Amino acid sequence: MTAFIIRRALQAVVVLFLTALIVFLGVYAIGDPLEILLPGDATEAERAQVAASLGLDQPLPVQFIGFLTDILSGDFGRSFVYNRPTIDVIFERFPATLELVVTALVLSLLIGIPLGLWAGMKPRSAVDETIMTGSILGFSLPNFWQGMMLIMIFSVWLGWLPSTGRGDTATVLSIRTSFATWDGFTHLILPAINLALAQIALVIRLTRTGVQETTPLDFVRFARARGLTERRILLVHVMKNILIPIVTVLGIEFGSLIAFAVVTETIFAWPGIGKLIIDSINALDRPVIVTYILFIVTMFIVINLLVDILYSLIDPRIRVRQP
Amino acid sequence: MSAKRVIGGESTVGRALRGIAASRKASFAGAICLILILAAISAPVIAPQDPYDLTEIDFFDSRLPPWSESRDGLIYVLGTDTQGRDMFSAMLYGLRTSLAVGVTAGVLALLIGTALGLVAAYLGGRWDNFIMRFVDLMLGFPTILVALMILVIFGQGTWKVILALVFVQWAYFARAVRGTALVEAAKDYVEAARCLGLSTSRILFGHLLPNCLPPLIVIGTIQVASAIAAEATLSFLGIGLPITEPSLGLLIANGYQVLLAGLYWMSIYPGLLLLVLVFSINIVGDRLREVLNPRLAT
Repeated sequence: MTAFIIRRALQAVVVLFLTALIVFLGVYAIGDPLEILLPGDATEAERAQVAASLGLDQPLPVQFIGFLTDILSGDFGRSFVYNRPTIDVIFERFPATLELVVTALVLSLLIGIPLGLWAGMKPRSAVDETIMTGSILGFSLPNFWQGMMLIMIFSVWLGWLPSTGRGDTATVLSIRTSFATWDGFTHLILPAINLALAQIALVIRLTRTGVQETTPLDFVRFARARGLTERRILLVHVMKNILIPIVTVLGIEFGSLIAFAVVTETIFAWPGIGKLIIDSINALDRPVIVTYILFIVTMFIVINLLVDILYSLIDPRIRVRQP
Repeated sequence: MSAKRVIGGESTVGRALRGIAASRKASFAGAICLILILAAISAPVIAPQDPYDLTEIDFFDSRLPPWSESRDGLIYVLGTDTQGRDMFSAMLYGLRTSLAVGVTAGVLALLIGTALGLVAAYLGGRWDNFIMRFVDLMLGFPTILVALMILVIFGQGTWKVILALVFVQWAYFARAVRGTALVEAAKDYVEAARCLGLSTSRILFGHLLPNCLPPLIVIGTIQVASAIAAEATLSFLGIGLPITEPSLGLLIANGYQVLLAGLYWMSIYPGLLLLVLVFSINIVGDRLREVLNPRLAT
């Protein structure tokens, strides 16, 4: 087990290193930072001076080592736009994204599991057909367009919910959250639904498949023979068995929700890291772009590593199979 | 020859088509796909105006709601955009771009992924490990995020968008082909082909590949839909296709600017078209999975 974890951790380090290299080459070497920093009429001497002061006259490998050393010592550079360390900007925005993602995740479980159970209990019935076609519709709906429609219906036409921003937040247990105020809560509803919809579709499919695989098993028949109610069989015995795959998949999907939050945050002007990256791309704020990419890749590598470790705890065959 | 046939004697494609025809929902969706593809191909012929020919656009006709009449008697069935373009024509051209990008990306990913999956399955050992580790790595990251990073690092452009989509999607094909090929490679006909002294490439592409077709068709269909949706999302975020080649995503993004002002038609109609396109392809894909590969995971 320890060897397995060490091997995977080493792979993670290699991936991170490669990402840093690609980001460095792409963002720092292909585009010339001097073009942005210097006025158009700068002389050759001025160029050389600025290049030297930024270390840009050094050969590429030396620059890359400098870049790596800075990162490892926690220095990710300063944002051109906010004029603060980029890592601070990202950490300040991250809780808003996290709040949105967690709410969407909870929503997708609360809505997806009951619908999936319902569809799975009555395979090939009209209910099943409707729910399953609805779930295909759910992940066919372009996320951004569906968000626009939510705004149009609930903010513009009905005027029930606010369309953009995070609203008032309050601090509960030292966490700043939109849940604490009514205003914040109403701001959270539309973005959370927008983000959750595709996830609901996924949870429905997983639950339905789980129910169909579990119900023919012996323990379900035995439970029926004992005279338990269908309701109890479904909610206690079947549920226990299908929760494991759902929870594992959601672990992975947590990451993809953070990715899709880029779209949701852009539409609803939600002040998280997704909106930050789009704003930074438009403002050519390179240090923030670089930090964002490294931050996201690190987060994904950690999530994937944890999922792998969890899997191998649940299913020891994986440890043997994987080289 | 026998390798190309399933036990029932019917080809994979024949089985797929019959499966679609047997379901009313899937045939309906398939028909819509066909109509949309035909409309995209013949866009220059059936569109009332060429939305990118500036001489045909009348700026005084901008922001007209659906069913307005232009000054030369042309009816704008779906209204006009902020520059006076006929929305219906712009959508036909947008559909053309979206489909072209989605299908090109899907086909390229299929070719690359299939080749690598076959190689991994056939060579095994170190090659298999290396390729599959890379596949796992790719599948660990969400499509939209990897595409976003690639476009941020390497800049925008139609081919760069296609490249980004291919880079993200080949892994799905590679994983599926490898899995199927491993099962197939253990069967007697491959052993027989080897005993006949056939070359490796002939065994791979003449015997193993035809038997990997069912999952490839299913994943290919779903991945084209997902490529179209991903391209639309990237274009909406402003990091996808250039403005000179507006896809449906870009049309929606343009319409979004004026949505809150109540000019709904510029974003709703292209969005509906995109939805119908992706939804129909997914319905067909779902049916194909039922028919060809009942045990393929969702």
